[in-house]
Amino acid sequence: MNLLLDGLLVLALLWSAWRALASPDLARAVVLFIVFGLLMALAWARLNAPDIALAEAAIGAGLTGALLLDALGRLQPGTGAPAPESPAQPPANRAGRRWTGSVALVAGLLAAALAYALFQLPAPTVRLPEQVAANMAASGVDHPVTAVLLNFRGYDTLLEVAVLLIALIGLLTLGPAAGRPAAPGPANPLLKALARLLVPLMILSAGYLLWAGAHRPGGAFQAGALLAAAAVLLHLAQLLPAWASPGRLLRLGLAGGFLIFLGVAAALLAEGALLTYPPAQAGGLILLIEAGLTVSLGLILAGLFLLFAGAEERP
Amino acid sequence: MLEALSALLLLAGAGFYLAGTVGLLRFPDVYARLHALTKADNLGLGLTVLGLALQADSLAAALKLLLIWPLALAASATVSHAIARRAAGLGLKPWRPEEKRP
Amino acid sequence: MSAGLLYALAGVLLFALGLGGIVLLRHALRRILAFNVMGSGAFLVLVGLAQRDGGADPVPQAMVLTGIVVAVAATALALALLRRLPEDRP
Repeated sequence: MNLLLDGLLVLALLWSAWRALASPDLARAVVLFIVFGLLMALAWARLNAPDIALAEAAIGAGLTGALLLDALGRLQPGTGAPAPESPAQPPANRAGRRWTGSVALVAGLLAAALAYALFQLPAPTVRLPEQVAANMAASGVDHPVTAVLLNFRGYDTLLEVAVLLIALIGLLTLGPAAGRPAAPGPANPLLKALARLLVPLMILSAGYLLWAGAHRPGGAFQAGALLAAAAVLLHLAQLLPAWASPGRLLRLGLAGGFLIFLGVAAALLAEGALLTYPPAQAGGLILLIEAGLTVSLGLILAGLFLLFAGAEERP
Repeated sequence: MLEALSALLLLAGAGFYLAGTVGLLRFPDVYARLHALTKADNLGLGLTVLGLALQADSLAAALKLLLIWPLALAASATVSHAIARRAAGLGLKPWRPEEKRP
Repeated sequence: MSAGLLYALAGVLLFALGLGGIVLLRHALRRILAFNVMGSGAFLVLVGLAQRDGGADPVPQAMVLTGIVVAVAATALALALLRRLPEDRP
């Protein structure tokens, strides 16, 4: 019964991914990709990974969907009506067909080889889940994923936050695009009312997720994603302006989480090793880092959407 | 008793979802499809969370489940309104029975 | 076959599908979609493979959690670059 459910979910995943790539209508492709993201969130829930399911629903389906729809609106400006568009595949001539066929063949062979490798893998000699479980008492938190993220593999997370910050700096250096202005139109009054109702609840939920991360699924990443979603909702309801150029306070907010993380890592370096917390203080330090990360991740992820999202003018 | 009631609610919810999905696939225009989605799926969601809340371990968990319903109602009403408004703004005319199905 | 292995297999297929898409598709936005499908496939392989004997493994779960956040940042950067492509070459 369970395998039937998983099988159906896998088929739906593959079908939505296939249609998202092959559909001739670009708008339909983007919507199908959002459906794919939601199905991925279900797959994570089936794989006993509620942390990833939460992040995928908020980021993979929500934030990525908003970014893609926004880009689509800029590519096909004006009415937003289903515009006639060049098909996904180039017109079928002999050479084109042969090229498509050979690429499909290579991709298929690669998939077959990888699938074969999956079944041939030896059983792992190092049992990571048991090692995590054995060290949970010293980690300062009760939830294994949070312990891995911020304690056992804290340096990975530290560098990952740096990558996010670099991505945002990359966006900043690109500057506002020369292009068509996104037709702002009058704000939808119903959306405005919904944003006023939901955003306080979203901020409350973000605080709850941050706190809950210590002992159950949740934590800085999910909380930050929720804050970013709240900011995007506010922007769409025209209650929050786009960012032109971040001021000093915003810059501090964007980098703050990383700086706190780095500061804790540097302070612990004086004690002996990078991000090896003394067990007595581990819980407090992790909460401090996560609180900083929640605010910074929320601002960075919101910035991916809000930066230069305002009206663009031709140069 | 509670189990049976919960199962009944879940089945009824699934039935409404099925009806809403059939409507989404079969109805002729965007307004009718929105009608099918908002009416049937919202009721289906309400019955589903009610059925799940009966099986919840604690009162807090049950209340959290029940909170999903009004939030989804508010969001779905707003989204359907936005879609219908956009469709009307684009000049899409509601389907009339005398027309052929597209 | 365990659920973990089933999802790992699905991940392999998604990865190959996305790879083919990146090579074959012309439109830049479609290539960004294909890149994301590839990423999702890799994430499924990571978690599904580690959990093929059942039981949750927090280590790949934590990696994938951060990976999803990096993927959205990469997507946003790619979309920003897309907007700066010349008009006649979308």
